[in-house]
Amino acid sequence: MLSVDIKNQTPIPLDVQFNCAPGQLLALVGPSGAGKTSVLRAIAGLLHCRQGQIICNKAIWQDSVAGINLSPQQRRVGMVFQDYALFPHLSVADNLRLALPASTKNDPARIDELLQQVNLHGLAARYPGQLSGGQQQRVALARALAREPQVLLLDEPFSAVDKVTRRKLYLELHSLRRQLTMPIVLVTHDLDEAAMLADEMCVIHQGSSLQQGPVDAVLHRPATLAVARQVDARNLFSGKLSQQQDNLYLQWHGQQLTIANANQINTGETVHWIISPSKVLLHQRRRPSHGEQENPLSGVISDMITLRGITTVLLDIVDADNAILQMDVPEHVVSRNTLKIGETIGVSLLSEAIHLMPDNRDAGI
Amino acid sequence: MDWQALQLSLLLAALTSAILLPLGLLLARGLAHQQFTGKYLIEALIVLPLVLPPTVLGYFLLTAMDQNALMGQWFYQLTGSQLAFSFNGLLLASLIYSLPFAVQPMLRALEQIPYGLREAAWCSGLSRWKTFLKIELPLAWPGIVTGLVLSFCHTLGEFGVVLMIGGNIAGETRTLSIAIYDSVLAFDYAAAQQMSIILLLIALVTVTLVYRFNRRLMQF
Repeated sequence: MLSVDIKNQTPIPLDVQFNCAPGQLLALVGPSGAGKTSVLRAIAGLLHCRQGQIICNKAIWQDSVAGINLSPQQRRVGMVFQDYALFPHLSVADNLRLALPASTKNDPARIDELLQQVNLHGLAARYPGQLSGGQQQRVALARALAREPQVLLLDEPFSAVDKVTRRKLYLELHSLRRQLTMPIVLVTHDLDEAAMLADEMCVIHQGSSLQQGPVDAVLHRPATLAVARQVDARNLFSGKLSQQQDNLYLQWHGQQLTIANANQINTGETVHWIISPSKVLLHQRRRPSHGEQENPLSGVISDMITLRGITTVLLDIVDADNAILQMDVPEHVVSRNTLKIGETIGVSLLSEAIHLMPDNRDAGI
Repeated sequence: MDWQALQLSLLLAALTSAILLPLGLLLARGLAHQQFTGKYLIEALIVLPLVLPPTVLGYFLLTAMDQNALMGQWFYQLTGSQLAFSFNGLLLASLIYSLPFAVQPMLRALEQIPYGLREAAWCSGLSRWKTFLKIELPLAWPGIVTGLVLSFCHTLGEFGVVLMIGGNIAGETRTLSIAIYDSVLAFDYAAAQQMSIILLLIALVTVTLVYRFNRRLMQF
């Protein structure tokens, strides 16, 4: 288990807490300059934080109170740098050999094994300059693993390769992960990448960790407005919470939406709410859909964009002061229902899918 | 042709380069990728002999080497011989005079190594010393060789400082460049030409070799 709790003022303000279990892949997400890489450097011992504690497998790597601060050499981390930082004057095999622990330093079988692990067999004698970007990334990963690290740190490892290679490397990392037993921390600004590879996600903004949790929870149930903005929540609105008898309602532009969970927010308060575009239910033309009765709305299709088989439909909800609602539907549903721009269609907002957040604009952003 | 002067010049240049290799590396390593107060002053002091007239440098060294001055006195107590007008004094002056030629290329070469490589080495478990030996030294090698050769050639050809503090003692402080000057003063142009051609050839060959060597080393 890796647990991190660090605070720093200079050179970059940090206030970050998170945990990462063995075998788990935690993605640190946030915009460029949020301090993600600094967090990774702090874990590796390359950046000294004034205050805080970094504990890995019960070993204290840093503890400002006890005055403990281990050097990078003492920490046994495997780090993949953004630009890979391969040693240009050494062959692939020598790059790996340098990082091998003394017990396996002169064991060529271990180097073969590592290269096998990252699908690079046969390239041991090459030099980094003779490798493609994707191959360099694999060498960097193999070198990080060569040290038999207690934590694997990946700093934007996919940012320097083209899109096709990136997809291939995603799949490779995904299958490699099953063989790894240490905590893995991935820094990325790409939410899709995090969603695809990570078990958990920790949102970092302006040097502070805002929320940690399973990927789905952070993406679809952000704790605050700030997190919702950071994870690019698409249907983000505000409304007012009300209660009639035992039922909770959300007042939104003159519409009254039933909701399932008030998320510990008091009635009468202004709230922010989101609904995932994939959870907006389309009323089918020919037959009634299950759940049609829940929060029905009608809107005019103002635009449609299709990407990789998923069509995002922009709906102008006329009765709700022309608010724009986004809905993701499979492409075949669009053609089967002959959806066209300018047409009026019916949708339902499932009450279970509506997620409320308190109005604490002052906190966070 | 003064063979003794050639021998003395070569010995002086070789010793100077040999001492400047560790000294220059130490200084370059201490300055590369480091920020501290007074860094500019140290850099300026290293480069100073480049811009100072050799006579000025020679004058200050000569006064410092006087037996009544601190350095001269100290050296005399230590060895029983004086620094001024001796080979040792010449060696000391050459070290200072050729220091920028050794340090500058080494410093530039070390600074060109991305800082991330050092960090990657530390994260791979290499100590700072091993990082220097296995990563920085091989990558900075062309700059180190350049520094070494330049300081060798520069010492071989120095004149002003040698004249100021060494004088013209055969077998002790008369270098080849002094011998050339002597020959010209004595209207012995044949000898001057011979010795000048030797210095020219040595300089040409070494500098050409450095360029060739560097280009080959720069390719990874």
